[in-house]
Amino acid sequence: MQMNGAEILVKALADLGVDVVFGYPGGAVLNIYDALFGNTKVRHMLCRHEQGAVHMADGYARASGRTGVCLVTSGPGATNTVTGLATAYMDSIPIVVFTGQVPTLLIGNDAFQEADIVGISRPCTKHNYLVKDTKDLARIVREAFYIASTGRPGPVLGDIPKDVLISTAEYNLPKEVRLRGYHPNYEGHPRQVESAMRLLLSKERPVIYAGGGIILSNASEELAELARLLSVPVTTTLMGMGAFPGNDPLFLGMLGMHGTYTANMAISHADLILALGARFDDRVTGKIDEFAPHAKIIHVDIDPTSIQKNVPVDIPIVGDLKDVLRKMIRLVKGKKDAAAYRGKCSAWRQQLSTWSKTHPLTYKESKGKIKPQFVVERIREVTGGKAIIATEVGQNQMWAAQFYTYDKPRTFLSSGGLGTMGYGLPAAIGAQVAMPGTLVVDIAGDGSIQMNIQELATAVQYRVPVKVVILNNGSLGMVRQWQELFFQGKYSQTCLPHIPDFVKLAEAYGAKGFRATKVDEVAAVLKKGFAAEGPVLIDIVVDPAEMVYPMVPAGAPLTKMLLV
Amino acid sequence: MRHTIAVLVENEFGVLSRVAGLFSGRGFNIESLCVAETTDPGVSRMTIVTAGNDQIIEQILKQLNKLVPVLKVIDFTGTETVDRELVLVKVNADGDGKAEVLRLVDIFRAKIVDVAPRCYTIEMTGGEGKVSAFLQMLRPIGIKEIVRTGKVAISRGT
Repeated sequence: MQMNGAEILVKALADLGVDVVFGYPGGAVLNIYDALFGNTKVRHMLCRHEQGAVHMADGYARASGRTGVCLVTSGPGATNTVTGLATAYMDSIPIVVFTGQVPTLLIGNDAFQEADIVGISRPCTKHNYLVKDTKDLARIVREAFYIASTGRPGPVLGDIPKDVLISTAEYNLPKEVRLRGYHPNYEGHPRQVESAMRLLLSKERPVIYAGGGIILSNASEELAELARLLSVPVTTTLMGMGAFPGNDPLFLGMLGMHGTYTANMAISHADLILALGARFDDRVTGKIDEFAPHAKIIHVDIDPTSIQKNVPVDIPIVGDLKDVLRKMIRLVKGKKDAAAYRGKCSAWRQQLSTWSKTHPLTYKESKGKIKPQFVVERIREVTGGKAIIATEVGQNQMWAAQFYTYDKPRTFLSSGGLGTMGYGLPAAIGAQVAMPGTLVVDIAGDGSIQMNIQELATAVQYRVPVKVVILNNGSLGMVRQWQELFFQGKYSQTCLPHIPDFVKLAEAYGAKGFRATKVDEVAAVLKKGFAAEGPVLIDIVVDPAEMVYPMVPAGAPLTKMLLV
Repeated sequence: MRHTIAVLVENEFGVLSRVAGLFSGRGFNIESLCVAETTDPGVSRMTIVTAGNDQIIEQILKQLNKLVPVLKVIDFTGTETVDRELVLVKVNADGDGKAEVLRLVDIFRAKIVDVAPRCYTIEMTGGEGKVSAFLQMLRPIGIKEIVRTGKVAISRGT
């Protein structure tokens, strides 16, 4: 059947099972919006900024494991997606972004609302397309979803000129994707896996260092099984929060710059590190030359470029974590060496447990002032740990990682790699759309929330009941913290004197607003706010001087932590 | 260390900038890059000369392999290859210099492809060393302009 390009796009989305598109209309995509009008399969959610739209698609993907979709117009619409694309790219999140483009004949002419978004987005997408012919459109849409969601996931962009949307072609969505140059390797090499397990079993102080890859490959159960079979302690990266149950006795907490004393000491004293879907980010390793000085390293990742990138690896394994972990489990399950190994490492676990007892994550109470960590602990209590937590970026993000226990994967959504302020609210909305029955909370700072606060309108319009908790310290807290520690307390441009009245602002948008200024109000306000219908913003005025500890100063080894 | 890398890619627009962008985005340098269609019009072949330590080269090879339109990546280091460069060089050709140019063209098995009253334009192909040696011999006579293609390489045997 002949259809125009816009109809082909919408039908392809429906046929691929896309239920929601986050977007913002404009001249170049009018035909797509016309084709979407009245469509019952593909629901469109109108955002208030294209950056918000991409983060919503991203939050939708992180919470559900499905590919998030975003639709924007050409020029400024397209360029406004760049931060969201880079965010998803750094954290390997499967999203597909469609941008409108000026008609083919005008491309390169500096036409109205023209931007070379294929060129601009090349370094921050897994792949991108400029669709030059309507008859290629369905195939490209199919390929875009395939590339975004397979191998190491990532964002894919499809740029569609207006004439391609208007011209007609036969609708033909390929059943299979064939790309000559794209063959992700899912199966870990069996002999490499065997060598890895032999090496592991020969050591006495092992640590599993798990990253976001575990969540992306849905390998949390396998991770827990392997760790428990051998009683190997587990630390996770920020992106790996929830990959391993936070309440398991083997869990050491997060490692790195704001990681726990135990996790950082464990890495520094380990004789073996089993790195799973993590990429040795500089926020994790600290001073690279002194990272894990006594350890042999086994590194499993689906992306070969992640291996040997930052640290030398003794046994590299390229493959999907689910497959590799299953192979590892098979090698030790029911075997005598597994039980012997648990015994052999008991002194190590004892040492770790001593560190945990002497240096737990903690903060100092201060009379009359609300401590942000206390707020995060209350959020955990009030939600029973069953919420999906999105965060903004900065101190709020670190406290959310440290003081809320994540028991399940896909319950902690945060911009880890890029550190995008303004991520949390739209991501929370996207997550709430994907998981309608779940309580979704954005733990925010007063700085970050102002970067995409306009998306409250989206939440109100579609009755998306996200709850935003602002840890309001009147400043850009994390930068202020660095200025305090490393710039002699000169708070250059980090105090925010003109903070809006967030409660009134929420009400102006049609959401509900609550505030707590005293310690004994916190739990009650959270309960009230979380129980209220629809989107809610809870402003909690916290101690402005509070800092995130422990902290490894940038460039220092993990053992040189500043403690509370 | 210098490496010569062959990259087979889908012959479609934008591939060159994807490959070049991969280098520039990571601060790797490209010394030379040649691209043309292969026997399959759907496939182009790039020959890239770059330099770096083992870790950098490993990253370059893996990153190239990761690009969706890249079909195959071959690092020629440590393998038997035939490689050639083409140079077009415009030299002074008046007085005694004329005879010297003709002599050098003969010795280096080059070819004069354009003649003007005061200059010759010479075409020469050869390995990098031969091209450099030829240019060095021409330099005292007076080189007006040079254009070099950069290296193309193919493995020896089947």
